[in-house]
Amino acid sequence: MKTGRFWAWLVFGLGTAYFFIPLIATFEFSLRMRRGEYSFDAYRVVLGDSRFQETFAYSVTVAVFTILLGVLLVVPTAYWIRLRMPHLRPVVEFITLLPLVIPAIVIVFGYIRMYGSNSPLPFLGSARGTDALLVIGYATLALPYMYRAVDTGLRTIDVRTLTEAAQILGAGWTTIIARVILPNVLIAVLSGAFLTFAIVIGEFTLASLLNRPAFGPYLQNIGANRAYEPAALAVIAFAITWGCMSVIQILARFAPKSANRPN
Amino acid sequence: MTQASISTTADAARSAPPEAKSGFRLPTHWLGVAPFFIFALMFLILPTLYLVVGAFQNDQGQYTLDNIRQLFADQSIRDSYWVSIKISFWSATIGALVGLAMAIAIVRGGLPAWVRSSTMTFSGVASNFAGVPLAFAFLATLGRLGLVTVILRDVFGINIYAMGFNVLTSWGLIIVYLFFQIPLMIVIITPAIDGLKREWGEAAATLGATTWQYWRMVVIPVLWPSFLGTVILLFANSFGAIATAYAFTGSSLNIVPIKLYAQIRGDVLHNPHLGYALAFGMIVVTGLANIFYIWFRTRSERWLK
Amino acid sequence: MADPFLSIQNVKKSFGNVAVVKDFNLDVGAGEFVSFLGPSGCGKTTMLRIVAGFEEPSAGKVMIGGKDVTGLKPNQRNIGMVFQAYALFPNLTVAQNIGFGLKVAGMPKAEAQARIAEMLNIIKLPDFGDRYPYQLSGGQQQRIALARALAPKPKLLLLDEPLSALDAKVRISLREEIRSIQKKLGITTIFVTHDQEEALSMSDRIVVMNEGRADQTGTPFEIYNRPSTKFVANFVGTLNVLEGTVSDATTGTVKINAEEIGLKGKLNGSKSGDTLSLALRPEAISLGRRPGNDANLTGQIADVHFLGSVIRVRVGVGQNFVSLDTFNNSSTPPPAVGEKTEISFSSGDVLVLH
Repeated sequence: MKTGRFWAWLVFGLGTAYFFIPLIATFEFSLRMRRGEYSFDAYRVVLGDSRFQETFAYSVTVAVFTILLGVLLVVPTAYWIRLRMPHLRPVVEFITLLPLVIPAIVIVFGYIRMYGSNSPLPFLGSARGTDALLVIGYATLALPYMYRAVDTGLRTIDVRTLTEAAQILGAGWTTIIARVILPNVLIAVLSGAFLTFAIVIGEFTLASLLNRPAFGPYLQNIGANRAYEPAALAVIAFAITWGCMSVIQILARFAPKSANRPN
Repeated sequence: MTQASISTTADAARSAPPEAKSGFRLPTHWLGVAPFFIFALMFLILPTLYLVVGAFQNDQGQYTLDNIRQLFADQSIRDSYWVSIKISFWSATIGALVGLAMAIAIVRGGLPAWVRSSTMTFSGVASNFAGVPLAFAFLATLGRLGLVTVILRDVFGINIYAMGFNVLTSWGLIIVYLFFQIPLMIVIITPAIDGLKREWGEAAATLGATTWQYWRMVVIPVLWPSFLGTVILLFANSFGAIATAYAFTGSSLNIVPIKLYAQIRGDVLHNPHLGYALAFGMIVVTGLANIFYIWFRTRSERWLK
Repeated sequence: MADPFLSIQNVKKSFGNVAVVKDFNLDVGAGEFVSFLGPSGCGKTTMLRIVAGFEEPSAGKVMIGGKDVTGLKPNQRNIGMVFQAYALFPNLTVAQNIGFGLKVAGMPKAEAQARIAEMLNIIKLPDFGDRYPYQLSGGQQQRIALARALAPKPKLLLLDEPLSALDAKVRISLREEIRSIQKKLGITTIFVTHDQEEALSMSDRIVVMNEGRADQTGTPFEIYNRPSTKFVANFVGTLNVLEGTVSDATTGTVKINAEEIGLKGKLNGSKSGDTLSLALRPEAISLGRRPGNDANLTGQIADVHFLGSVIRVRVGVGQNFVSLDTFNNSSTPPPAVGEKTEISFSSGDVLVLH
């Protein structure tokens, strides 16, 4: 028992070292811009860079649209599948898992070939169209996470019974969706939204191959040309990821617990 | 690319409540799911099929296996697959072993409860912390001026770069990938370790088994499918990843995603259909990996009910 | 006992400041089936785990077959154990599970095969060798677990609430099966349970445990009919308690409400005027006067429950209610609620609780 605990601490300690040394090193490196002393110069430079502001704002906008598209796509589908077409569940679940199987670079490669300016649907013919395709691409990448979050939420509240109860009380479809279903899966939707945000904000492959001025390509560009700013950006990016995941953890505590069936 | 665990997907499928069979439905019911299926068809299935079909066609649109043959014949492409497979294999194997050791330590090691909860939370974050910033973090750690490099040189007198170490290599990339591979392993394998019942160990002891015999005959076989399945998932996870590698080494590292990236940007292979074949090859590798993952997962879930 | 097979001597066990087992002593003869009976938290499982070697006693020792095993690890004690949650190895077939202990001991394959087949026959699942545990019902799994524990021919069998996870029907059939296998093999067995019916029906002797101590050790007959403490009397079986006052200590007369009964030689030094709790099993009380019953009380029928073969009647006697059982007799209608009645019992059946 005693030796077991020693080994456990040792393994845990080594693991912790592997994970924290790079974080510490990155932070330390980001402070080294001014010769001979630590300073936040790198952060000042980065945050003051107009391209940082523009690309970050662009990525946030894209993330918001991605979340909207994802919610509009996933919530009605997941609800309808639970309520009326349970036999389609395996098919839908399989489709939502495909983006984990097909690498993002392959998906975007397909977009570029299918939706070029000479195609019947020339998304890539205009900047707005390309923006739309980027949002669509991100919604596809986020599909597995969004669908699972929402479907788990719906499972906990037993949509069928809730819907029938609302119908008996005389509610129409808009009332059911807006007043009964959405408030109950809100937490799940928000969890999916924050995970989507974390995925989209620094994404590189799609944005780069579609030539959009997003945060990911900007990061890559700075990394190739600067010394200390990348470290500062990495710290910022880690803070954003950490923030999103913390919000999800906190939200999980407010999620409705199943009342009539065990989880 | 960012990854999160897909560990609960199967749970969702398993514990789904039985729903009543729907009888005959008017086509209007399909309107509810039509947007989803149209979206999936247009932006997921058709683009992929386009590449897959293209991989089996030549410039004239005739069907051929030449492109696939070319994948194996072309030295540079073959090398890129080999390097990709090597990096994915080692990052998956090492990541899985280290992740397993850490998971066992936090579940079975008799450590305080906060160790487990904070490790799980951190793993959730770290398994999603991939992409460009991760490359920066390791450059700041093990690059020529990185903190660890500098400390080793100035404090311990060990100049790792003089000894031939370079972080901008496949092994450097493997070390970087471990940063999301290990946490992903921890997130997925912890429930499986939780499934090991204490009574099994006690039953084995009363039957005269030593701890080692118990591990060899029960623990390892029970964890094996979950372990192997997760290794394969980690393999697919790093096989498709590009952002970290690209930010890390630019286009100098010859791995499949970077080659495909260059091909998409500028047709470096001088044959669009060979590019499709390259993409098709990636789908085959990750697809096979996922099929095995699901297969192994079903096996272990049957046991650990 | 002249030569006990298992001897537990002055065993104490504390977790931190909490004493879970307080000075436990027990001798078990070879081939004996002894139950540890008690509510949860009484220390019975801890005591069993000390015998198995999973817990080390804070004081005292455990001897098996005349040998001190207190410091030995579980895998050196040559014991078999069955757990509440079956604890079958999920990756092994039924045959491999049963053969686990044989393989670990290095038994030759052919011999092990024969032994596995023999065990499968004993538990009446001869064709189940190739199945996996997840394909079996709870009752089947527990029988496999029993076979697995018995296959290496242990000298001592420990059963830790093996029937608690099963449903009622399976529980009854399996307890009969366990007992008959135990008798056939003549293996010394310790059985831990919180179910008095199990303990009474299966055991040679029962140890009723309460707060880390053995309150009473005896045969099922003794435990049920002559409980030595109030706890044992309450925990085992249904009990009617009547409050009475000693009206004359020398003649042993006790007054219940306005009526008097004689309890000569049962008062254990109580003085006149003392209040006593008198306990009676439902089956010791008869409705109406009966030859051989020397004590009679009057009351009123309060409730009648028809249970099939038995009718349970509740009779109000003064402030107290008394439950009693009468056999169903198709020719006599059951008593009616509100009817005045007399009840009678033998003063020898009265338990005086102190």
